[in-house]
Amino acid sequence: MNTIPCRKSFTDTLLALAKKDKNIVAVTSDARGSVTLDAFANELPEQFVEVGIAEQDAVGIAAGLASCGKKTFVCGPACFYVARSLEQVKVDLAYSKNPVKVLGVSGGVSYGALGSTHHSLHDIAALRTFPGMHIVLPCDIFQTKKLVEQLVDYPHPVYVRVGRNAVPNVYESENIDFKIGKANLLADGKDLTIIGTGETTYHCLQAAKMLKEKGISARVLDMHTLKPFDVEAVLKAAAETKKILTVEEHSIFGGLGAAVAEVVVQSKNIVPIKIVGIPDENAVHGTALEIFKHYGLDTEGIVAAAEKFCKE
Amino acid sequence: MDSTSPNIVQNLTRKAEHIRRRSLEIICSAKGGHTGGGLSSTDILTTLYLHVLNVDPKNPQMENRDRFVMSKGHCVEALYCALAEAGFIPDSLLEEYGKFGTTLAGHPTKKVAGVEINSGALGHGLPVGVGMAMAAKMDKKDYLTYVLMGDGEQGEGSIYEAAMAASHYKLDNLIAIIDRNGLQISGSTENVMSLEPMQQRWEAFGWNVLEVDGNSIPELLKAFDFFKKNKNGKPHLLIAKTVKGKGVSYMENVAKWHHGVPNAEQLTQAKSEIEQRLETMK
Repeated sequence: MNTIPCRKSFTDTLLALAKKDKNIVAVTSDARGSVTLDAFANELPEQFVEVGIAEQDAVGIAAGLASCGKKTFVCGPACFYVARSLEQVKVDLAYSKNPVKVLGVSGGVSYGALGSTHHSLHDIAALRTFPGMHIVLPCDIFQTKKLVEQLVDYPHPVYVRVGRNAVPNVYESENIDFKIGKANLLADGKDLTIIGTGETTYHCLQAAKMLKEKGISARVLDMHTLKPFDVEAVLKAAAETKKILTVEEHSIFGGLGAAVAEVVVQSKNIVPIKIVGIPDENAVHGTALEIFKHYGLDTEGIVAAAEKFCKE
Repeated sequence: MDSTSPNIVQNLTRKAEHIRRRSLEIICSAKGGHTGGGLSSTDILTTLYLHVLNVDPKNPQMENRDRFVMSKGHCVEALYCALAEAGFIPDSLLEEYGKFGTTLAGHPTKKVAGVEINSGALGHGLPVGVGMAMAAKMDKKDYLTYVLMGDGEQGEGSIYEAAMAASHYKLDNLIAIIDRNGLQISGSTENVMSLEPMQQRWEAFGWNVLEVDGNSIPELLKAFDFFKKNKNGKPHLLIAKTVKGKGVSYMENVAKWHHGVPNAEQLTQAKSEIEQRLETMK
């Protein structure tokens, strides 16, 4: 059982790379503990910028650093970076084409019972509309490591969302194919395609295994990148499977499901789509897993949704 | 050479008048613009782009160039005209201002040579400038970073986050300027949201603060010289006391000219006032 959270995989990888590249800079807003940047701060103080509790300042400073050639990672809780500093992300990063990497930790409902102030269930929807902004939700520690390696010299601003707790691995090792913008096929099937992103991907894969025992053949796509979106993988799913079920730790509005629907309904292979996510309400309070279960984002919930969907 | 020598001052003063005239022309041609604040900023922009900044119009991305951030991005006409006067963009490009599909948008973008960051949303420039100044310190480079803000802009809280960071990180390579014309779109800054005592507030944040006549080129030159020569571990703020609408008699200190556009007759009068001043300089 994996015990390392993705945020730790992210910062461990970043620290190792930053030791060899002094242009890598980490910026944070009194969140070095939450992000797991303590080792980075202690070992590379010259490449670490603490701004205090000031997310707008953090993103603006990151933009200034990046415009002068620094490979800048601004890191803190997802809920604040895509709300308090949203205009800085829009103007200073996306509009100004400054290739800053925004690491939003403890995203989605990771903070569980802390409530809606700490949930980030709107981030994909908001950031998808910013021209030039890329969005990645890695699903496990191996994919996170590969992602960080590709981010260092990636020429666009990117928002990365990871959760707070350790989650089960989807992949077996770091020797995996991973390319920003290219969905990974985790299992093939013909009855329906289940598409996950970030932490829901594991549950989608487990659900497909259970569905197989029930005689339902499900394709599973790991849609780690929300933008640029892998249109081809979605069109292929629509052409080759009968239905598409999307599962996301995000509002049902404007996220993964919406992105899939936008592609499918404008194609010649229109298939039924079911979007599983957080409905239009402030999410219930509980642990992240309890919240997943409540809204059917966990394995059992996905199995039930898929069975019902296939009967419709 | 003493930067306040009469020749330099006269040359810059003439250029400032050219920039005023040109920016009024493009505002009228585009039938829109931020007239009053552009005129108040013109002497600051002229002094910076045509004398103070270490920049090369032929090589706008020169590695060790000074950085200038136009945080009060709405005063873009004065900026574009200063960039044209300095040779970053051809004067003919100014004709495109306000036209469909132009690269000269109503707020500055990096598509225009000499512009370091897209701006227009207020309160963004100082944090960005802090990042640029920080990068210079990290790389042990000696370029300076300048940020021009409006006084109405001082209502944005993000400025004070950056003000703290700049003094915390001892960024004495950062020079912020407030175009203190005293007016914002709804009227006097002190009626809308009082900003005084501005000098004491910034000093309390740990900044060196100088206040000068921001429409006096010799005073601006002296202030920038002073900041460059007096690096004491503190960031620098220049409170540039200016007149909104400076140089056009009927616009001076009148809030409605924030984004007022002169009619043909008013433009003729404004240009005639500028011509008369240029005549006296001959």
